[in-house]
Amino acid sequence: MLIKIPKKSDESESQVTPQAVYQQRRSMLKAMGFLGTSALLASQPVRALSWFSDDQEMFKTTPLSFTKTTEFSTSETLTPLDKVSSHNNFYEFGTAKSDPKENAQQFKVDPWTLTIDGLVEKPITLDYDALTTLFPLEERIYRLRCVEAWSMVIPWIGFSLANLIKRANPLSSAKYVAFETLEDPKQMPGQRNPFIGGGIDYPYVEGLRLDEALHPLTLMSVGLYGETLPPQNGAPIRLVVPWKYGFKSIKSIVRIKLTDKQPPTTWQKLAANEYGFYANVNPAVAHPRWSQASERRITSGGLFNQSRIPTLPFNGYDEVSELYKGMDLRRYF
Amino acid sequence: MKLRLTNKHIFGLKVFIHLTALLPLIWVFYQGAIDQLGGDPVKEILHFTGISAFNLLLISLLVAPLAKRFKIAPLMRVRRLLGLYAFVYAMAHFLSYIFFELQLAWQLIISEIIKRPYITVGFSAFVILMILALTSTSWAQRKLGRIWQSLHNLVYLAAILVALHYIWSVKSDVLQPLIYWALLLILLSFRRQKIQQLIKKRKKTLA
Repeated sequence: MLIKIPKKSDESESQVTPQAVYQQRRSMLKAMGFLGTSALLASQPVRALSWFSDDQEMFKTTPLSFTKTTEFSTSETLTPLDKVSSHNNFYEFGTAKSDPKENAQQFKVDPWTLTIDGLVEKPITLDYDALTTLFPLEERIYRLRCVEAWSMVIPWIGFSLANLIKRANPLSSAKYVAFETLEDPKQMPGQRNPFIGGGIDYPYVEGLRLDEALHPLTLMSVGLYGETLPPQNGAPIRLVVPWKYGFKSIKSIVRIKLTDKQPPTTWQKLAANEYGFYANVNPAVAHPRWSQASERRITSGGLFNQSRIPTLPFNGYDEVSELYKGMDLRRYF
Repeated sequence: MKLRLTNKHIFGLKVFIHLTALLPLIWVFYQGAIDQLGGDPVKEILHFTGISAFNLLLISLLVAPLAKRFKIAPLMRVRRLLGLYAFVYAMAHFLSYIFFELQLAWQLIISEIIKRPYITVGFSAFVILMILALTSTSWAQRKLGRIWQSLHNLVYLAAILVALHYIWSVKSDVLQPLIYWALLLILLSFRRQKIQQLIKKRKKTLA
């Protein structure tokens, strides 16, 4: 039997800072930035919202069973889970990087309906359970390159989108695939209030050419780091297209529609000169406001442990270059 | 309304400004160094230092209208300190950008400053603030004589450049930058006559 005699210096359980308080430090810092030094800016909807949501219960993820695919995976250093799940662009839950984690924990993913329709012979509807059981799941470690010039390395779990599309039997007239995120203003504060959601026209829509969608690298992800997706990462199901900028990888998808025309995409509608339909990672084509030639890789470590690395064409996934043979990638950025 | 400020009050106010400006700055860099600033400490630092520099610049522009409206001339004695802290935060912002964001890749730093309008604009504002900070001593004020005032009128230009830099840097969420524009325009409207005269003078010298 182990008898533990506490030392005088040992912290007792009651002295441990509660997690909620610990996590509130960052909201305090933000509040200081906006109010403390100034008191100039009284109303800040998202900050106010996140201030209160810190005490809430976290969303529960569940373990998945899957195989590991080395064929598609990189062996680069992973971005830790706490960074993957706390640094997100998901404007439906607010425009600051920390907003989605703070505002999405009550998001309901079960029941869920994902419809595949449009130019297909057999439209399909998947319910929540089917998302993780219809196809065998595999883990793939992909690089994620954000258009804002930062990047992560993430172990996704999912299945090839090709499997899903093929099951619906696309008609020969189908040329494009359109995706749509859930529209539910009750759950998504950014959809209720344009000031929280960055003035985007919701629902968020994205699109791929059919051959891009059928490429084996194109993943429908239902999890990361061994478990189902946290809501801020796009639960219960999202797209991952590793050779394109992150905004193409649409989250919390409810509809996939095959079409014969190039579908509109959210960021292209918002600023066509800055965000194209293709949005392939390309160091040679700068964003009008910043260079895309290099990126900051987010792994662990603070300010003094940052690394800036060159950005590779197609984010290093050269095998997709044949999809774009003969295309002027400066024009079709 | 009359408010009398003694030397003691001013001293207290200055101590308060030192503490509220310095402590968050030290704290945020410490938190960043130990990786406690969320997913991307660099973004967090850049946003914090940038927005705080703008806050301080606006507060420094609020001092004169307040002192005038409520007839508390001694209040003017904290204005230089506020302006200097606006510069300190702007410098922390700029240095964080070149050290942590661009990782001292000099070619990239230079090309971004030249090629990207919102960086060019922000950098120009920083240069103005630096010149104003360097010439903020009483000695410089005496040496420069009449030029000093015209030089320090550049603060209005700097503030406009900062507001432009901010609204230009966001992807789609312009609400907050717009609020800042509104605040800046209110502060500038207090100086309508002065600014109109400045523009007239400029036109004359150009003609």
